[in-house]
Amino acid sequence: MILQPIFFYIFSIVTVASAFMVISSRNPVHSVLFLILAFFNAAGLFILLGAEFLAMILVVVYVGAVAVLFLFVVMMLDIDFGELRQGVLQYLPVGAVIGLILLVELVTVLGGVVISPEVSAGAAAPIPPLEQVSNIAAIGAVLYTRYLFFFQVSGLILLVAMIGAIVLTLRHRETVRRQSIANQVARNPASAVEVVQVKSGRGI
Amino acid sequence: MTIGLGHYLTVAAVLFTLGVFGIFLNRRNVIIILMSVELILLAVNINLIAFSAFLHDLAGQIFALLVLTVAAAEAAIGLAILVVFYRNRGSIAVEDINLMKG
Repeated sequence: MILQPIFFYIFSIVTVASAFMVISSRNPVHSVLFLILAFFNAAGLFILLGAEFLAMILVVVYVGAVAVLFLFVVMMLDIDFGELRQGVLQYLPVGAVIGLILLVELVTVLGGVVISPEVSAGAAAPIPPLEQVSNIAAIGAVLYTRYLFFFQVSGLILLVAMIGAIVLTLRHRETVRRQSIANQVARNPASAVEVVQVKSGRGI
Repeated sequence: MTIGLGHYLTVAAVLFTLGVFGIFLNRRNVIIILMSVELILLAVNINLIAFSAFLHDLAGQIFALLVLTVAAAEAAIGLAILVVFYRNRGSIAVEDINLMKG
């Protein structure tokens, strides 16, 4: 059982260190890469907690989609990031004070958390023993029955987000000539071909 | 030496604080602010899954799944707005975002 604390400390230290690098790195591309590292190690923490499905989802959705989206946007926009970083030291003291207060409050509250034994008995959806039902099967059995409404609403949210992102970023340029299939199909010989009677010995 | 609930909650608290601190530190750069929001949501997810594991209740993991979905949608919409804004103004500095101030 010595392995579990070792891996917990590895994962958590790397997660926190890379999260710090995300907010303090000069180059936003480095920030995105450290964000990916943080997500990977958080996925390791999830596996330690027995939530394998969510760990895989975290890697697939965050590293595969969200972080790559960030990377695309950072590289697509031609921005002078050095100019954007000016004034960081101006915000550092107030940010540090608020962050420190927040951290002390959170740790004070969370340090006193004690789970009373009877809470576990009233679980909304108890986790079945891992030897009989795997994590993903247990989640599926609950997600598609009891939490079906939330599942469908989240799908709807994703649909709205997808349509919104497309509508926001799509633009039709006037200068670009596009293929108009309707016009092509509607052409007939009368409108497309002109027969010219050329007299012999002359040009047109 | 066993790893208890408090350990995970502490990691999540540190991550949450780093996210909030990042918003203060990079007040001019919207991209880093969006990444800080992702860090905050990750901290929330760690909290939810830690409680789910230690209370033997799957509802926490379902909730974390929904938070993940909303976070992905938020990132997509936020970055789309950012791209449109950059196209219109040629800048993503936060203090330039004042068109609706009147």
